[in-house]
Amino acid sequence: MLRMTGIGKSFLGVRVLGGVDLEVSAGEVHAVVGENGAGKSTLMKILAGVHAPDEGTIEIDGRSVTFGHPVEAQRAGVAIIYQELTLLPERTVAENVFLGREPVRRGMVDRAAMESATGELLKSLGEESFGPRDLVRRLSVARQQVVEIAKALSLNARIVVMDEPTAPLADHEVELLYTLVRRLTARGIAVLYVSHRLREIFDLADRITVLKDGARVTTAEASSLDTAALVRLMVGRELDSYYPPRAAGPPGEVILSVRGGGNTRLHGIDLDLRAGEIVGVAGLQGSGRTELAKALFGAEPFTTGEMTPRRPRSVREGIAAGIGLVTEDRKAEGILPNQRVRDNALLVARATGAPRNGIERLLERVRLSPPRPAQEIRLLSGGNQQKVVLAKWMSVAPRVLLFDEPTRGVDVGAKAAIHDLMRELARDGMAVLMISSELPELIGMSDRIVVLREGRVAGELPAGSSEEAVMRLAAAS
Amino acid sequence: MRRALPIFVVLAGLLVAIAIVNPYFLEPPAFLAFVKRAAPLVILAAGQYFVIVSGEFDLSVGSLVTAEVVIAARLIDGSAEATWPVLALMIAFGLIVGLVNGIVTTLLRVPSFITTLGMLLILSGAVFLWTGGSPRGALSEQFRQLGRGSLGPVPWSVLILAAVAAAAVCAMRAGFGHTLVAAGDNDRAAALSGVRVARVRTVAFMISGLSAAVAAILLGGFAGVSAQVGKGLEFQAITAVVLGGVALGGGRGSVAAAMAGAFTLEALFTLLNLYGISGALEPAVQGVIIIAAVALGAVRFPRARAAAAS
Repeated sequence: MLRMTGIGKSFLGVRVLGGVDLEVSAGEVHAVVGENGAGKSTLMKILAGVHAPDEGTIEIDGRSVTFGHPVEAQRAGVAIIYQELTLLPERTVAENVFLGREPVRRGMVDRAAMESATGELLKSLGEESFGPRDLVRRLSVARQQVVEIAKALSLNARIVVMDEPTAPLADHEVELLYTLVRRLTARGIAVLYVSHRLREIFDLADRITVLKDGARVTTAEASSLDTAALVRLMVGRELDSYYPPRAAGPPGEVILSVRGGGNTRLHGIDLDLRAGEIVGVAGLQGSGRTELAKALFGAEPFTTGEMTPRRPRSVREGIAAGIGLVTEDRKAEGILPNQRVRDNALLVARATGAPRNGIERLLERVRLSPPRPAQEIRLLSGGNQQKVVLAKWMSVAPRVLLFDEPTRGVDVGAKAAIHDLMRELARDGMAVLMISSELPELIGMSDRIVVLREGRVAGELPAGSSEEAVMRLAAAS
Repeated sequence: MRRALPIFVVLAGLLVAIAIVNPYFLEPPAFLAFVKRAAPLVILAAGQYFVIVSGEFDLSVGSLVTAEVVIAARLIDGSAEATWPVLALMIAFGLIVGLVNGIVTTLLRVPSFITTLGMLLILSGAVFLWTGGSPRGALSEQFRQLGRGSLGPVPWSVLILAAVAAAAVCAMRAGFGHTLVAAGDNDRAAALSGVRVARVRTVAFMISGLSAAVAAILLGGFAGVSAQVGKGLEFQAITAVVLGGVALGGGRGSVAAAMAGAFTLEALFTLLNLYGISGALEPAVQGVIIIAAVALGAVRFPRARAAAAS
């Protein structure tokens, strides 16, 4: 149904795609995978008409097409659902679905027609929890995705591109998305699925196209691959020891301790962090994982309970107490996008007036490659940005470092490097806390796992517990 | 510095263009006279830069300049002894106005556009009320020397400008400057890295108020006392900063480029004047420049970002 041949694209003289072929059949879920910077997003944006390719052709149903504008791609039946949703929050579902092409009757928007058509679409997607008149703002991210898909269907989309659709979803919402994808393919719609999460890819995809460094490595039946084989294709090497070895001896002294810590989101938190130990924090979305990290750090402080060192009431008190936080949302809370690597890495030291280490040593320590302190951080890959964020904290040598989803949006190679660094920091006597919604990562890295549920500690599990055991604690009611 | 380069090229081009029409322009006396004339705007642009790079605006500086000059004339009333205390008072008044702007913006969370627009109206209304439209009193000769006189061949205002420029560049190189830019680039990330965002922004407003006080001292001497002395200066200063390639919204651009932007604006006005184009056109030229500069910045930015994202 869709055939892209020899697609090439350069930005500012840097070649990001070259000679990429992609074929997709009707009713197929076709996954596109690759490390960050492999060219997935660019390829999808070319398909959606956001970028024009420098070379290559696109055919839909055997007819050659060129898209000068996203609207042309839309007319040709291509819909793209971005990671960041593009709905208008203050409008109703129906208004969003028909945005820009509202049905008109006697010069007025025909709301009744719009709403009944939207209602039909939602019903066909099996969605009954909300209706066409609900405000988009009031819907969860998962439901908003349903609206995006309804919009795509109303445009008679035949190819739906989903770019990291599960990234903003809570774990239990992922299942809903699966159902939705299957409904689409049952109608003969082709779904192009871009994701970092390998498990989803094996759950959903019929075929998988692997991109690496802007070129296609292969397209293969999903059933012919397993995780290890796919990772090998993506990074071009075997990552059999995914995680660094755990601490050898028993953990050291308690560096941070909370008893009965609470605020509006957390209740009765008891927690000890020891030198040399990586403590994993698991929990469903909304269980208070991020809130716990921010409370320990002082950004959203505990209002009750005892803590050693003294309960920080502000970020600066947290930093002064030797605590650092690598935030979950790197773009919004972690980096200064327009500043150089150097200014990002020295920010905490400058803000607190701490003596600074040499920037070169710092970047070497986090294995930033290439280590260019004068480069603007926004030009770096997600993995390299995260390494700079890490350098920012290492410049003040904290005793406790809290990591909130440290490898989200980070490619496989940089992920391993960050894992190694975390283990290294622990070995050097730091207390490390790590939040991750990727259970294999959490289990692979942690010396013990604290499970949160509804703002409380639901229990603690030893190293190497099963995913099932973690989920049981996290989801028990 | 890479990003700041274009403005220096434009400035050099304009200076050459002026020199072609008026060959004496690049000789020391004429050139120093040009710098002297530009000094108040350059100082205001430097002050405005601190506020803009931190992600805010200061629209109050024009009427602050007027208020400062009018108050000084009334308090000094031609008396030599009163000169120095009143100068100190002017500095303090500028700092206090900046402090109020800063506190209202950061602690009460009123957008700075509104805060400083309100301050503009309050100050100009107060001046009008106090003077009834025509300022009373006079500046002393000592006071006017700062704007008019010189130390040997070099005007005092050029020396003051040099000191202000050096101080501004040093402040931006120090930890304060880096945290200020950080707050302008991404205030959440900055706050979570220990930057006291409200405090650095308030200090930026105080620097802007201080720069208005210094500009008022020079302008009072140079141009004399009137209720129009600071009129429109806030927009000239913002235009100059934007012309220097400093991003509105904060986080990008250098103070040297902002000051070069002010020189460029002044050079452009000089050139228009040389060609006999009416001074009445100045606001229109300024309007075109500010829109064009922001549009250019906006066009460049997404392209670079698209390349980064791929």
